[in-house]
Amino acid sequence: MTAMKIGVLAMQGAFAEHIQILRDIGVEGVPIRLPEDLDGISGLILPGGESTTMRKLVDRWGLREPIERLIESGAPVLGTCAGMILLSRRIVDGDESVFPVLDVEIKRNAFGRQLDSFETDLVVPLLGNRPMHAVFIRAPIVERAGPDVDVLARLDDGRIVAVRQRNVLATAFHPELAGETRFHSLLATMAADHDEPGEGSAPRRRGSAARDMASGSPGRNRQAASS
Amino acid sequence: MSTETSTWATKKGLAQMLKGGVIMDVVTAEHARIAEDAGACAVMALERVPADIRAAGGVARMSDPALIEEIMHAVTIPVMAKARIGHFVEAQILEALGVDYIDESEVLTPADESFHIDKHQFKVPFVCGCRDLGEALRRIAEGAAMIRTKGEAGTGNIVEAVRHIRAVHSGIRALAAKRDDELFTAAKDLQAPYELVAEVAHTGRLPVVNFVAGGISTPADAALAMQLGAEGVFVGSGIFKSDDPARMARAIVQATTHYDDPRILADVSKGLGAPMRGLELATIAEADRLAVRGW
Repeated sequence: MTAMKIGVLAMQGAFAEHIQILRDIGVEGVPIRLPEDLDGISGLILPGGESTTMRKLVDRWGLREPIERLIESGAPVLGTCAGMILLSRRIVDGDESVFPVLDVEIKRNAFGRQLDSFETDLVVPLLGNRPMHAVFIRAPIVERAGPDVDVLARLDDGRIVAVRQRNVLATAFHPELAGETRFHSLLATMAADHDEPGEGSAPRRRGSAARDMASGSPGRNRQAASS
Repeated sequence: MSTETSTWATKKGLAQMLKGGVIMDVVTAEHARIAEDAGACAVMALERVPADIRAAGGVARMSDPALIEEIMHAVTIPVMAKARIGHFVEAQILEALGVDYIDESEVLTPADESFHIDKHQFKVPFVCGCRDLGEALRRIAEGAAMIRTKGEAGTGNIVEAVRHIRAVHSGIRALAAKRDDELFTAAKDLQAPYELVAEVAHTGRLPVVNFVAGGISTPADAALAMQLGAEGVFVGSGIFKSDDPARMARAIVQATTHYDDPRILADVSKGLGAPMRGLELATIAEADRLAVRGW
């Protein structure tokens, strides 16, 4: 099979950092600036940045509908920080949802201004026992999560900072700033499962696509642990 | 588990979140809302844009904290504010207000001709101007978590900004080509700490985000800065001194995202009305140049 490509929304924000993490796990990251850039990608990352800016640019360049269709098709999506806001169905105090696919209520700048940005360590049980270093920058928080949403991580005080609902993953923090590859590896595994060879005509063989991919390039050892 | 606020990673990290974006100078809450609506990733709260500072003459200082607070309340995007070079008390005041970033800026009249602010002493992150690689690394050594090339603010003329971003990048390329045993002398020549010089030589990039500032007044100017290696742009007078600020602001935002797509650049550049008039650099006396402030 051809090498997997994961799109990274490149309107504004830390998209280069995500592309670098994808490179570290042997996956090609493709910057997405126009609808046609979405052709041939197996999954999508919505990076950190300013959500207000990104929401305007997504509409200006006609990306809202094609990205919605991509998510509805079951392709996996990872949103970090501003990306998590874009994926949330309800936003406290204001703006309407951009891609209303995560059944959560989210609060923007939930910790305060830049002076309140912080780093900590978290455990994300789905991704193993090794703690994950998490950088929160003017970060949002999930205030309420619906019944179909899996909570993947909480702060010590119980507040929700990482979730999954079917093919949608989202974190309030920035794995891409801490050299953390496990969320990206999970995304790549989900993407391989989604676009398994045969394009739906053949019976699904879970995990086989991930194995094909693993044989293709080095640096993928963590993926096996997370899948 | 241990939680730490205002770390180097969070300071530098906010600048990473601003990348690919436009930071706009605003002088009122209404300007700030126009900037946010146009897609600015942050605003710089000021009493006067650089073109007006230049015209007014006299001593330019930190803006009125009441104005800065009003702008902070008007928008949800990050708000930056300027302190004079070396004026660490202005910086303390801005930190107390809770601004998201402080610009230790040559656009204001310097308060100290020998020492920049020791930015490590602050919880709030700083951005500083530079004209070349050595100046960038000196500011980073003092604790700047973001760099911008200076250009010549308030002129609407991109020529100095081009000179400065080219100087930074050619400096980086020259370092990357050196042998390790040549880096000690390179550090001496750059007048910058050896550790930072070695880091740049090995990674081929600055350790913090670098934007271009000073003279950007059209979408094409913004895209030129980006193609020359900027990671985002500051636009000062260029927006609110143009005929149709909201439109110019939107166009510069679009051009910064699509900086390498001439078809889109052509499209967003259409019918914008007059940009700010601008100044020919040769007509500005040496004493009136802002970029030479700082060292």
